[in-house]
Parts: sequence; structure tokens; C-alpha cells
Amino acid sequence: MIIDHPLLGPRDAAEFVYLGDAGLIDRPDWQAGDAARRFDDYLHLRDNPAGEHRELWFHEQGDRSWLVVTRDTLTHEIVRVELARDVALARGRDR
Amino acid sequence: MRYSALQILRQGLTGNRGWKPLWREPQPKQRYDIVVVGGGGHGVATAYYLAKAHGLTDVAVLEKGWLGSGNAGRNTTIIRSNYLLPGNQAFYEFSMKLWEGLERELNYNAMVSQRGIVNLFHNDPQRDAAARRGNAMALAGIDAVLLDREALQRKFPVFDFDNERFPIKGGLWQKRGGTARHDAVVWGYARGADRRGVDLIQNCEVTGFDIRGGVCRGVETTRGAIGANRVAVCVAGSSGRVMGLAGLRLPIESHVLQACVTEGLKPVIDGAITFGAGHFYVCQSDKGGIVFGGDLDGYNSYAQRGNLPTVEDVCEGGMALMPAIGRARVLRMWGGVVDMSMDGSPFIDGTPVDGLYFTGGWCYGGFKAIPAGGYCLAHLVATGAPHPAAAAMRLDRFATGAVIDENGAGAQPNLH
Repeated sequence: MIIDHPLLGPRDAAEFVYLGDAGLIDRPDWQAGDAARRFDDYLHLRDNPAGEHRELWFHEQGDRSWLVVTRDTLTHEIVRVELARDVALARGRDR
Repeated sequence: MRYSALQILRQGLTGNRGWKPLWREPQPKQRYDIVVVGGGGHGVATAYYLAKAHGLTDVAVLEKGWLGSGNAGRNTTIIRSNYLLPGNQAFYEFSMKLWEGLERELNYNAMVSQRGIVNLFHNDPQRDAAARRGNAMALAGIDAVLLDREALQRKFPVFDFDNERFPIKGGLWQKRGGTARHDAVVWGYARGADRRGVDLIQNCEVTGFDIRGGVCRGVETTRGAIGANRVAVCVAGSSGRVMGLAGLRLPIESHVLQACVTEGLKPVIDGAITFGAGHFYVCQSDKGGIVFGGDLDGYNSYAQRGNLPTVEDVCEGGMALMPAIGRARVLRMWGGVVDMSMDGSPFIDGTPVDGLYFTGGWCYGGFKAIPAGGYCLAHLVATGAPHPAAAAMRLDRFATGAVIDENGAGAQPNLH
């Protein structure tokens, strides 16, 4: 697989480390009343779709940036690559 | 038809015209007491033990393709019970015992061969970990022997014991481990279930569940709706997709695991071996092919194929362990989709939906678990209570903290 890095251009996926579902960006509020249930959900439960999947990749052998890659789990086709920082900022996180 | 030496003789003398198909091809009925979704090893074994151990024969197995066409036909056939943690030990040892009597039980040659499995170690900390696991196994009544370098050299002259970087210092040996013929296991259980009246329905994909008021009352399929009092889902690899149809999210990611087989060679590897310093394990089939594989590709996939960097990594491990493998030619390589759970251990449990039962999360160890997996799921469906050997394999164990994490890797499926 080739991941088209937004800053560095096309890079071999072997340079990256995979973390998982991009939902991991949305860490629950630890002060919420039902924080234990929310963290169980956040840490353990997955949509695990067959088809388009947004997921976090870390460019460990490169510029060490986190990317949000949108990839089809049935074909391995990568349709979109974004900087995770941009995605997190767009979702209202401060960094 | 019962198989025996006499039967072979009789058929041989009459031109082999009397052999019958192993199972019927029934049309699905409108309704069954129990519907098993998935005709892989776990599905047909569950149906078999429902009929055999509990006398429940109003059972259908619904299979999307043909029986055994998923991971049952794609694994590398190793059976073992060399586990560290109590939640796993009782279960896998129960499975090992069922393997040992399987062929007599099924009257079917599943080619179970207890040729042993060795986990190699290459340094002192690994030796300590192997000794600890071996002791834990022995305490649980599982056979375990710590082999030293000399014993291994006699057993496996083909290995590179003096590798500069990863010299082999010894290994943990489970003598009762080994291999079995993956397809024959499915066929044997399917034949046994069919003979007891279970309907095995192929080319019948489940497309939805009929859930009303929190109770599962049947399934929608490509061959019409089928009613059921109880539904058991055994579709590891596709668990996320199928249980998603029932509105459930699981502590599972689907990953691709690759394997390779070489051309047939003379016997060179006695048993199954895992390399301790890289991602490589190997055994030799009865036909002579060297069957080997390694680690996951590491990303979510339903594609049943992986990528070459992983194959390269596996082959590097193979070359470090046994350089002679470099002269062998790979005949086939393939990938299977496995349920990777959040702690590397499986599930056999009910669900929040009444009448809907689930087995999955088998990671890359589902094959060896087929006998006990089927037995324990049948027990759960028939009695409503978990079988003691599978009592720890709960779906809610992450919420309660009672995880079974053999590797201590945490909630990161691609590290298990």
C-alpha cells in the first residue's frame, strides 16, 4: 500500500505504524458522570466496518506525524489522507 | 455409511461405486429450534454437539458459501494447548483432549497427528518466560517440557543454532500438540451433525436478524426468512459485520493474517516450531510442503489477502531460523481474515439480545479451538449457562476488568 502523505507525498505503508479507528481522536470527558462506561466504549468497542474505514497511522520511519487515512477494508484502496492534527482541530479539539 | 477397513475392502472390490455423499443437501425449512450462522469448523462442531450431547436435532447450519470455505480452509492446522492464563488453559486443554479422541468419535480420519510443538527461545529472559509458562501448564495438568539446546539439535538438525544474532538456547515443548487436516475436521463434524438430523444449508447468506422487543426470533437470509428460538453466530473473521446486523458493536477488529506453503519436500521438520526472535512459525504437512507464516499485516482488513512487506518479514525470520528454506520454492500464499479481540482471547457468550449467542474473537487460534469451541457453545445454547471450561470468555470482560491478556499487550488488537 502507498500512503499519499499530505506533506511528503507518496510513501510506502511499511514506513508507518497502525493504531486503529480514527474515533480514538475523540477521547471521552474523564469528568463525565458515566466516564467509566464511556472509556470502556472508547477503548474496546469498534465499528469494524467492511468498506470505508477512517483510521490512524503514525509515520514512525518518517516525519513522525499522525495521519487519518480513509481506506477501504475490502480492497485496501486509500481514498483520502489527512493530517490527524487538522482533523482534531476541525472536531473542536485544541491540538 | 460407517467407515472401516472392511468398507474400504468392499468398495475397492466393487469399483468404489458405493460411496455416498457425506451429507444431504436439504432445502431450508421455515423454522428451526436453533439456527447456527456460519458453516466453518465452529459452526458445524456446535451443531454436532447440540445433537450429540444435548439431543437437539431441530437445528440448521446456514453457510454463505460452502462448508469450511472461510478460515477453516485457510489456517495452518496447528493444534496445541500451551497457554499461560487460567481462563484459557482449561478451555484449550479440554479442546486438546477432544482432539485426541476426535477420529474415533466422528468415525472420520481428521489426520490428527501429535507431532509436538516447540516455542524456541534465544536468551535468558525468554528462557525464564518459557519456564514460567511451562510450570503454569504443568500446574494445570498440561504436558510441558523445557528442552535444552542439545536436545533440540538432535531433533532439528536443520536449524541454525549458532546464528550470530539469535542463537537458539532451547525451547518449550508440548509433546501432545501437533497438526490436523483442516478440511477433514469440518467434513467430519458436518457428516456427524448431518447423520443426527441437522440441516446443513450451503449458499445461504444471513442478511439480517429478526429482533423484536430485544428478542431474536430468527434470521433473514438470501433464501428467505428462517424463524428460530435461538440463534448462534459462529462467523469469526466477519463477526463485526454479522453482529453489526444485530446492532451490536464488539471488542473486535478484523485483520488479515498471511501464510505460505512450499513445494513438497522430504521430511525435515518434526512438529510445529515457533521462532522466538521474529515473526515466523513453521510445520511440515504430510504431503511434504513446508507450511509457514508469521504475524498480522497489522491493519483492519476484510480482503483475504495481505501485502508483501509482511511476507518479506516472515521470510527473513525463516531465513534466520533455517537458512535451508531459502532453497525451497513457495507454491502458494494466501490471507485469511481473523477476529482480533482487545485482549487476544476469544468469546463464547450470550448477547444483550435474548436468544442470540455469539462465538468469535478467535484471533489466529480458532482452528485448535474447534472441538471445545463447538462443545462449549452448544452447552451454552442448550442449557443457557456457560460451560465451566469457557466460563471466562465473556463479552463484558473489558467492562468488568476480567480480561485474559496472554501477551499483556493491552487493548491493541494488532499486538496480540
